Amino acid sequence: MNNAVKNRIKDNAFKYFGIACTSFGLLMLAIFIGNILIEGLARIDWDFITNFPSRNPDKAGILPALVGTLWIMGLTAIIAIPLGVSAGIYLEEYGRKNRLAKILEINISNLAGVPSIIYGLLGLEIFGRIMGMGGSLLAGASTLSLLILPVIIVSTREALKAVPKSIKEASFAMGASKWQTIWHQLLPASFGGVITGIILALSRAIGETAPLIVIGALAYVPFVPASPTDEFSVLPIQIFNWISRPQKGFAINAASAIIILLLVTFVLNGIAMYLRNRWQRKVRW
Amino acid sequence: MKLIKIATLSIGLAVMLSNCGGSKDPKSTEKLSGEIKIDGSSTVYPISEAVAEEFKATYPDVKVTVGLSGTGGGFKKFGRGEIDINDASRSIKSSEDSICVASKISHIELKVAFDGLAVVVNPQNTWVKDITVAELKKIWEPEAQGKIKFWNQIRPEWPKEEIHLFGAGVESGTYDYFTEAIVGKSHSSRGDYTASEDDNVLVQGISTDKLALGFFGLAYFSENKDKLKLVGIDDQKDENGKGAILPSIETVKNKTYSPLGRPLFIYVNSTAAGRKEVQTFVDFYLTNGGKLAGEVGYIPMTDEEYKSEKAKFDAFVKTLTK
Repeated sequence: MNNAVKNRIKDNAFKYFGIACTSFGLLMLAIFIGNILIEGLARIDWDFITNFPSRNPDKAGILPALVGTLWIMGLTAIIAIPLGVSAGIYLEEYGRKNRLAKILEINISNLAGVPSIIYGLLGLEIFGRIMGMGGSLLAGASTLSLLILPVIIVSTREALKAVPKSIKEASFAMGASKWQTIWHQLLPASFGGVITGIILALSRAIGETAPLIVIGALAYVPFVPASPTDEFSVLPIQIFNWISRPQKGFAINAASAIIILLLVTFVLNGIAMYLRNRWQRKVRW
Repeated sequence: MKLIKIATLSIGLAVMLSNCGGSKDPKSTEKLSGEIKIDGSSTVYPISEAVAEEFKATYPDVKVTVGLSGTGGGFKKFGRGEIDINDASRSIKSSEDSICVASKISHIELKVAFDGLAVVVNPQNTWVKDITVAELKKIWEPEAQGKIKFWNQIRPEWPKEEIHLFGAGVESGTYDYFTEAIVGKSHSSRGDYTASEDDNVLVQGISTDKLALGFFGLAYFSENKDKLKLVGIDDQKDENGKGAILPSIETVKNKTYSPLGRPLFIYVNSTAAGRKEVQTFVDFYLTNGGKLAGEVGYIPMTDEEYKSEKAKFDAFVKTLTK
């Protein structure tokens, strides 16, 4: 056996290994989603969406939790996106590259790995108690914003880094100021990467339960939250509550609520993807 | 430009959302309004949820919210005066009580229902029919860790096969109650068992393991009768009924299922108890709580017991107005 044959065998082996790994993940996802759909699809109707929670699983609905989740998503996006993207731009384009910047960089990356419940404790103390927001939507969204800021900052920086240097230099050569360069060249060119980071971060925020329970998000809310200072529940808490109940009917409700949560995430990602594609087509030098 | 558009879009979304709320129900019989904040035990949660749901039908303007931070988590908030009522699956600890005293919060404990802790094994387990409290203690006490590993160490006639233990997680009031009743000291047991805060996980585990033994709320057994086998408990005290007793609505209610039948509580903050809507709610709880507790899988107290809890609460309210 000569080297060329050996290499080809290795090459193929790795290819099949890669295929196996990919299909393992996809298979697991398919089993999970299939299982959920079989169990929960039949339960979903308009009443399920518009009813309040109830002790009777057939009458129980997800309205306050669903609206709470939409509120949290919206507020978290409003708080976290400007902060995260601006911080990313500053660190990448304006900030000096000295030791302090290095330390900051390492710490931001580390923050992305801190368990979410720690953010919950921080949020409870700072937003809930010191700033007096209590267990409101605003406190929840602020806490989740802290949680996802590192992801947004890091992905913004990576996206800016990926823009070819020649673009930046050409812009400066034309006499553009730093801000003009960032606004007209760097941001549009890196938009795809930035928004991918934002999607990943927001999707993570939607699924969080632990930090919200810690700051005081509720499980039974008999009203639809109408302002950022209202108390709230979110879908993951409703699902968690239903799954741990003894009656089978609640397990079915939980499966249905999971489908709705997946749909919400799916629609959000769809919108972001659409925006990204539209934007990228326009960038032409 | 585009960024600004996105920003306006999201603000627009927020405004849209804020307009969806606030539908008012005109058929309010009594003009009661306000907000009642309940938090605490996830075991008591289904009862409080059911009561809040029924209460809303009669008093639509009172917003009753219920959280599930756990008995301990709830007492932390209760001690800070952040909630009006705490659901508890055990009595308040002296450490928690002293926090309440320090922040000048007085409170009243009210029983609202019973729960039985069921001790269960796998249906294929042919040898265990009943067990004494002393034997359970031998299995669960901290000293048993790494030593009590086989069924025949508990009773010689049982097989020499491994014993696999399942139980509530250490953060739950259920764990505190079980260890208090069986081991004799709250929050003290062996650590080498499969713990979960979600009883359905325990049901799953025990129903697929022939050598398993575990405990959880009776409602979880009732919903999974075909997958589990109930074990009778003998506390070797004849005044509570002779021999081993299986948990049931009857035996928990008449307290012969001892010591694993436990009361569930609500704790009411005295400041909150001065408010009309809270008084009405607690009254409503003690009037309808029994029936609703039965509906969600717990065991109602006797009518006399509800009456005496009500009298206790009324007396408490009177001392406040003086």
